[in-house]
Amino acid sequence: MTTTPAPKPAAAAGGRAGMKKELPEKFRSYKHVWVFIELERGHVHPVSWELMGEGRKLADKLGVQLAGVVLGGAGEDTRAAVQECYAYGADVAYLVESPVLADYRNEPYSRCMMELVNKFQPEILLLGATTLGRDLAGSVATTLATGLTADCTELAVDADGSLAATRPTFGGSLLCTIYTLNFRPQMATVRPRVFSMPERQEGKSGPVIEYEFKMIEDEIVTKLLQFIPDRDSNKSNLAYADVVVAGGLGLGSAENYQLVKDLAKALGAEWGGSRPLVQRGWIPADRQIGQTGKTIRPKLYIAAGISGAIQHRVGVEGADLILAINTDKNAPIMDFAHIGLITDAVRFLPALAKEVRQRIAPNTRSRLVG
Amino acid sequence: MHLVVCIKQVPDSAQIRVHPVTNTIMRQGVPTIINPYDLFAIEAALRLRDKHGGKVTVLTMGPPMAEDSLRRALTYGVDRAVLLTDRAFAGSDTLATSYALSQAILKIGQTYEPVDIVFTGKQTIDGDTAQVGPGIAKRLDLQQLTYVSGVNEVNLEGKTITVERRAEGGVQILKSNLPCLITMLEGTNEIRRGSIDVALAAARAEIVTWNAAAAGVAEMGKCGLKGSPTVVKRVFAPSPRADKAKIIDIGGLTPDAIATKTLDEIFNRLPTIEKELTAMAQG
Ligand SMILES: Cc1cc2nc3c(=O)[nH]c(=O)nc-3n(C[C@H](O)[C@H](O)[C@H](O)COP(=O)(O)OP(=O)(O)OC[C@H]3O[C@@H](n4cnc5c(N)ncnc54)[C@H](O)[C@@H]3O)c2cc1C
Ligand SMILES: Nc1ncnc2c1ncn2[C@@H]1O[C@H](COP(=O)(O)O)[C@@H](O)[C@H]1O
Repeated sequence: MTTTPAPKPAAAAGGRAGMKKELPEKFRSYKHVWVFIELERGHVHPVSWELMGEGRKLADKLGVQLAGVVLGGAGEDTRAAVQECYAYGADVAYLVESPVLADYRNEPYSRCMMELVNKFQPEILLLGATTLGRDLAGSVATTLATGLTADCTELAVDADGSLAATRPTFGGSLLCTIYTLNFRPQMATVRPRVFSMPERQEGKSGPVIEYEFKMIEDEIVTKLLQFIPDRDSNKSNLAYADVVVAGGLGLGSAENYQLVKDLAKALGAEWGGSRPLVQRGWIPADRQIGQTGKTIRPKLYIAAGISGAIQHRVGVEGADLILAINTDKNAPIMDFAHIGLITDAVRFLPALAKEVRQRIAPNTRSRLVG
Repeated sequence: MHLVVCIKQVPDSAQIRVHPVTNTIMRQGVPTIINPYDLFAIEAALRLRDKHGGKVTVLTMGPPMAEDSLRRALTYGVDRAVLLTDRAFAGSDTLATSYALSQAILKIGQTYEPVDIVFTGKQTIDGDTAQVGPGIAKRLDLQQLTYVSGVNEVNLEGKTITVERRAEGGVQILKSNLPCLITMLEGTNEIRRGSIDVALAAARAEIVTWNAAAAGVAEMGKCGLKGSPTVVKRVFAPSPRADKAKIIDIGGLTPDAIATKTLDEIFNRLPTIEKELTAMAQG
């Protein structure tokens, strides 16, 4: 598991027995890269496919197989998820169908993962850093007494075949690379949108290894009484939006935030903001962008009145094009934005929204209005 | 009922500075705070105590100075504070941390009242892993309820609990058994201000301080660096992007004219986006 980082890593490293790689005999047979496929309520979370893309690279580098691991209730959705594994690059899929796995609960899921790992012995196990993935990863790693690195931003295989997992530390001011040298599997979680979505390849298939999970409902303490889906109007699709408009403290007031929403509406975009806006109650928490909010990867990101602190930056760096609107030409955001506009966002946003409305399919619009 | 809340003292990391040359953390003068996420856990525990009676014990593992955060917690009105401190814990990763804390929680249960619920925050702002809570739950074989946004009902006789849990795409209503471990979601309550009396009492209160032996931590091989399977090999600063933003020249232009120029620049750089936006606008 990831260190609560020791202040001086060099010194800490010196005293650590596990620093040298001396993989115990019992772990030498552990092989292959696994991605846990997060299937909830019939849908696979896209982070699972993003991890497949990255897992493929690791598996190729190690010269081993890539597996998708699908747990779920018996039925079409579960089977469909297995098929999708191949489309996203898996060589093989593990499948566990059981009524106790129909809805996510820690007990059956962590027990099932533990059994699978002990039986089939993967060297690397990747999960999405979602509420589900983090809940599961933490208990699986503890049960197996192995290392788990949370919220990685980069995964690599080093010269001697170890997983090098890089993640931000100290509130994002630094990055650290973490190894699990002498335990298996090497586990890591990655947040949605940190890695890009791999190309889906039609018509692939491969072997399915089915595992019979014997746990029955009577053995499970925690019961799901009800699932209340988020209302569509509340659900922000920020992480997966193609265009995102965001505001920061530079907007000056909650009222001015409306200008961000107006532009977002004109563009058909999602809206969000920096953390202080959440803390001030200008926007809801699920609209926060950055290290402790959402990681986004839009084609176009427009940041108005945002200084571009490191914690914000790590959440938006995957954007193809970043337009920063800021009155200060020395704001840190100008170091990583592609286009900078040194102007008052409060005056400029309405003008941009108007221009967008005029230029994007004005004919369709007038027809709809008329 | 007896509620144990695990809290961590963390640097107020908004103020962390990294030395530009040596890449080390400049800690001097950086104030420490209770991990902000843990305040929601403290308040949730206090509310249950107020409703059902009983005691709230806060527990932290850290250097002796972590006592500050315990004293702070006492000012909110928790009943008891335990500091787990031992050089043998230095360099613990989350697996080792959860081991030490789980042993101390067992000891707290034996020394005082049996524990009904262990609370943790969702995550810390320095470690930021959200792993210690699940780690403790597994080690103590407690029902694990993470990302809890509210405790709906506790039945002390029947030893049951109903909570709302934030899941992907919705909220789960879960019914489980006591004892259990809850990791509390942020923003779900607001920490109270303790009264002056409570604050005065907090200043004088005894902080129970245990080293590994006193806390009944038996297997030292599971503690500190030895008990940590993860190894931090390298710490480094993020590399700066080579090219800075192209600043659009807006000298003397009206906002409308700037808007035109900006959109030209966007469409120029992202030729596909114009078509996509148009398609989207058409429904
Ligand atoms: C552990 C930790 C986690 C964090 N996580 C996140 C996170 O996930 N996301 C996040 O965003 N932050 C996060 N932060 C906070 C982060 O450090 C910054 O404080 C925050 O991003 C700053 O928000 P801001 O840019 O809106 O405000 P400021 O830094 O105050 O910037 C406002 C900007 O607006 C500009 N401006 C002022 N007036 C105007 C105007 N009229 N028009 C245009 N520009 C104007 C100013 O020049 C300035 O650059 C985190 C901090 C910590 C310690
Ligand atoms: N050293 C510690 N002492 C007490 N509680 C801790 C400690 N480290 C972590 N925790 C608890 O575990 C939660 C998750 O921490 P983390 O896994 O570091 O994100 C925190 O919110 C705390 O409640």
